[in-house]
Amino acid sequence: MSESSQSQPATLVVRGLGKTYSGRGEPVEAIQRLDFTVNAGELVCIVGPSGAGKTTLLRCLAGLLAPTVGDVTLSGTVITEPPAGLAVVLQEYGRSLFPWLTVAENIELPLQEKRVPAGRRKQLVQDAIEAVSLQGDEDKYPWQLSGGMQQRVAIARAVAYEPQVLLMDEPFAAVDAQTRFELEDLVRMLWERLGVTVVFVTHDIDEAIYLGQRVLVLSGRPTVLLEDVRVDLGVQRNQLNTRADAEFARLRTHVYELIQAAKRGARSVEEARLTH
Amino acid sequence: MTTSALRTIAARGRAHRGRGMLRRTLLVLALPILLIGLWWFGSANSTNYLNPPLATIVSEFWPTWFGGDSLGQSRFVQDVIPSFLRIVAGYAIALVIGIAVGVLIGASKRLRSTLEPVIEFFRSIPPPVLVPIFMLFMGIGDGMKIAVIALGCVWPILLNTVEGVRGLDPVLRDTARSYRFTPVGTLRRLILPGASPHIVTGARQALSIGIILMVISEMFAAQDGLGFSIVQFQRSFAIPQMWGGVILLGVLGVAFALVFRVVSGAILKWYYGYLHTQRGGA
Repeated sequence: MSESSQSQPATLVVRGLGKTYSGRGEPVEAIQRLDFTVNAGELVCIVGPSGAGKTTLLRCLAGLLAPTVGDVTLSGTVITEPPAGLAVVLQEYGRSLFPWLTVAENIELPLQEKRVPAGRRKQLVQDAIEAVSLQGDEDKYPWQLSGGMQQRVAIARAVAYEPQVLLMDEPFAAVDAQTRFELEDLVRMLWERLGVTVVFVTHDIDEAIYLGQRVLVLSGRPTVLLEDVRVDLGVQRNQLNTRADAEFARLRTHVYELIQAAKRGARSVEEARLTH
Repeated sequence: MTTSALRTIAARGRAHRGRGMLRRTLLVLALPILLIGLWWFGSANSTNYLNPPLATIVSEFWPTWFGGDSLGQSRFVQDVIPSFLRIVAGYAIALVIGIAVGVLIGASKRLRSTLEPVIEFFRSIPPPVLVPIFMLFMGIGDGMKIAVIALGCVWPILLNTVEGVRGLDPVLRDTARSYRFTPVGTLRRLILPGASPHIVTGARQALSIGIILMVISEMFAAQDGLGFSIVQFQRSFAIPQMWGGVILLGVLGVAFALVFRVVSGAILKWYYGYLHTQRGGA
């Protein structure tokens, strides 16, 4: 995971990215300018105040939305449409699962579209179901499951797809706090095991620090990058000790102050006038 | 509470469920039985030529439709089967065209705004009016009748399909896009199942329109068919036979509705469960 690994596979490079929505009425500048790199195998969290264009950014990364200026490259190729080897987990888990398919069929569907042979498909589905502990629920419909379980299905679907890059857009915003801790550990575990590049968008500061190796803090609209915060909390993390760590508390205060400053309109670390 | 008391309660529950089934069956059958009874006894001593006793209608029914030298020569094969084939053909054509065009229009905003006024115009023409016009162009054969049925049935299917495709959840569309579904895959695995509740609603409306048009197209001009038979009986003053034809038509409609329910129930099994949970039911 060296800093100069821009040509490595699954490295995500954002260059001069800006997005202005020009529908009816006044054009709205959502993202002013963003430049950053997510190296292959890294887990990077993106936080920002609400309305900071986090979802816009993620949709640009996913190839679902074309940026107005600048570009996003994956492994050196400019993203103009959803690229192969990239999977997205959306916030609206309940609506991203096909209600007419069972859990197992939901996980299998993208693999059918990817033309994975049937035998391998079954194996991948089985592995993914085990990875997210959904054994026994394969033949249920998504709407028969709780919110946390539904998000597990969405994660299993993404994992079974064997992506190089996994994008997650506030995936746990709508599940209860305890389920959320479980799912956070699930993401860390899958990331370690599969070696995928993960970009995790959240509005939760604690979640961003707990999960990420780096936390990108965004300003308010029109969005720029406030700070790229390194998180030195080691590889082995757990909900009890990591969250009680002095470094965790320091980072939390730091990012919290940045976000508060961003809400007041700060557009750089200098403008933020941090007290810590 | 003692075990025996619990057992008594459980037994009561079972008996209650058993009675519930019986009650539902009775409720479903009560009104038809009552109506048939009223007709049967009300008309028993009727000397009115146009309103013969139901007993006479029933006794004439079998010889009228199934009598003859052989089954192949009977009215059932000569008249009912052609009617049946016409409605099946017309309905099938309407389904294919309605769903195909509906998906296209539903997927394209530009197509929608271009075609909407034209569609509104054509669908507000009462389909029976088309029968004389179609007769001029297509004659009085099967082609004309199938075309009339198809044209009448196509609108509810088409318009409901458009609604269903438009109403697809954008999150599902994004999901399909991000997993790089092919256009065919998107159609087969997202658009058609996603729009299926609406398509079924349209198909149900179309079915009753189809039956009406089948009969009307055969009444105007035909050499055979159920509608033709009923008119022929009426003109030759074979009144009990005419009533029998009307009853047969009703039975045919009920049979179609039953088949439709079984098929749509299988297609929409997920949807009923989904609706149930969305409404907060357990």
